[in-house]
Amino acid sequence: MSTMIELDHLTKRFGALVAVDDISMSVSRGEVLGFLGPNGAGKSTTMKIVAGFLEPTSGIAKICGHDVTVDPVAVKRRIGYLPEGAPTYGDMTPISYLGFIAEIRGFDGAEKRRRVDMSVERLGLERVLRQPIETLSKGYKRRVGFAQAILHDPEVLIMDEPTDGLDPNQKRLVRSLIHEMAAEKAIVISTHILEEVDAVCNRVVMIAGGRLLADGTPASLRARAKDHNALLLRVVPDKVEAARVKISAIDGVSTVETVTRRDGAVILRVPAGTNAATVVAALGAENIAVEELMNEVGMLDDVFYDITAHAAHRENPYA
Amino acid sequence: MRNVWIIIKRETLSYFATPLAYVFIVIFLALSGALAFFIGRFMSREQADLIPFFDYHPWLYLLLIPAIAMRLWAEERKTGTIENLMTLPISTVEAVVGKFLAAWGFTGLALALTFPMWISVNVLGDPDNGVILASYIGSLFMAGAFLAIGSCISALTKNQVIAFIISATVCFLFTMAGLELVLNFFRLWAPDLLVDTIASLSFLTHFTAVTKGVIELRDIIYFASMIAVWLLANVVVVDVRKAA
Repeated sequence: MSTMIELDHLTKRFGALVAVDDISMSVSRGEVLGFLGPNGAGKSTTMKIVAGFLEPTSGIAKICGHDVTVDPVAVKRRIGYLPEGAPTYGDMTPISYLGFIAEIRGFDGAEKRRRVDMSVERLGLERVLRQPIETLSKGYKRRVGFAQAILHDPEVLIMDEPTDGLDPNQKRLVRSLIHEMAAEKAIVISTHILEEVDAVCNRVVMIAGGRLLADGTPASLRARAKDHNALLLRVVPDKVEAARVKISAIDGVSTVETVTRRDGAVILRVPAGTNAATVVAALGAENIAVEELMNEVGMLDDVFYDITAHAAHRENPYA
Repeated sequence: MRNVWIIIKRETLSYFATPLAYVFIVIFLALSGALAFFIGRFMSREQADLIPFFDYHPWLYLLLIPAIAMRLWAEERKTGTIENLMTLPISTVEAVVGKFLAAWGFTGLALALTFPMWISVNVLGDPDNGVILASYIGSLFMAGAFLAIGSCISALTKNQVIAFIISATVCFLFTMAGLELVLNFFRLWAPDLLVDTIASLSFLTHFTAVTKGVIELRDIIYFASMIAVWLLANVVVVDVRKAA
């Protein structure tokens, strides 16, 4: 794997506020990195630095080996960047806007037309090519911004909340585009929609208060959830209490919780680490039939809350 | 150079994509004509020259040029497109120069469209066309200096109204610096050297010199260096805000 993005002790201060606090990480080709964090965590600031829009206070950001502060133009050539809200020139039409982007990216004549056509086709912009961008719907505006970011087939793609404010179908389109491009690029997307991480990312980085708090695959982060891999059982309603007593008696089981599900069914939750077969056998011995047996999957939401809320707690001396 | 040209093209397109260009040109032509005819008494003077026309250019520019310049950077900052523009593979200098040249070219077009004045005066009499050409060149350079000031100030804020007011004020000070009214105030207490410096910084002093028909190199150099200095400041402002 080749490293495409390299952040080395990156720090950005705005006056007294530390927006990005000593972040070091690297992203390789083939990775789709989900940048997670609450609002104001420093996601956008980090991305703006990588894209060359802001300069870091200290630390180094390198894209394909080029330092953003030393050679910003070389970096910008290799990056496709979709800023938050996908700002584009509202008085231009998509066709003239993409033409402008293609020219500034160094494409001329037939190659320019080919690039523009490719982007237009990928994002399905054919119908709105000659309407001023400001008259387009939010979804189309976002797609124009997206088309602009991928027009030069960049090695690194940075997108700040690419699906924010889109309807489910549009989200699906954007996600499938990210999927398509994932293999040959390094992609970073920021989001606070956790389902998105599962949908497109193969790596998750959580930051809060400008600090990097967690880094791993979505599965490894999910494993951090308190109830991850717990056993969930449903037995016939009148045997719930008997079953609870029976399971509690098994060696190594500390507590058995009963949870009422939304559909009214009562579920028993056995902490992770207990063998499902042992539990079923123990209940079978008492003639308690297990009607449903599931493994609880940890919620990213919970992990997100645990990690970022603790960070917020640490930040606030009065909390 | 290629990038500058691409920026100029995009900016110019966007002038004409909105009513801005047409409103500006119509107002410019109407006001410059009205000032020359009614206040400058272009007809009743019975002299074949365009002095009453060019005399009002500094004052006209004072009102209209900051209106053109205010949007150059403030609007990009407000709408967020600056983040798009400045993450494209272009240098800050290219962006600043491209935007400036587009605005300057546009102003030049408005100025060129005043050609009926030149035709009229040639039909009515026998003017010194060399003086008129010199005045047009001087006027264009003065407009460039106003624009460079406005562009730099526009980069300081994302509020176009603030950009307009501050640019108009700065341009006003540079224009006024040459008036006897202002110079007399300084003569009361300031050394001659300072008074001369202030007078030499005035748009009016240099522009009046040009409209007399003598394009002196120093007047053109003056306006050219005003443009260069303010655009340099513009680049610095854009870069500093990136690091802030």
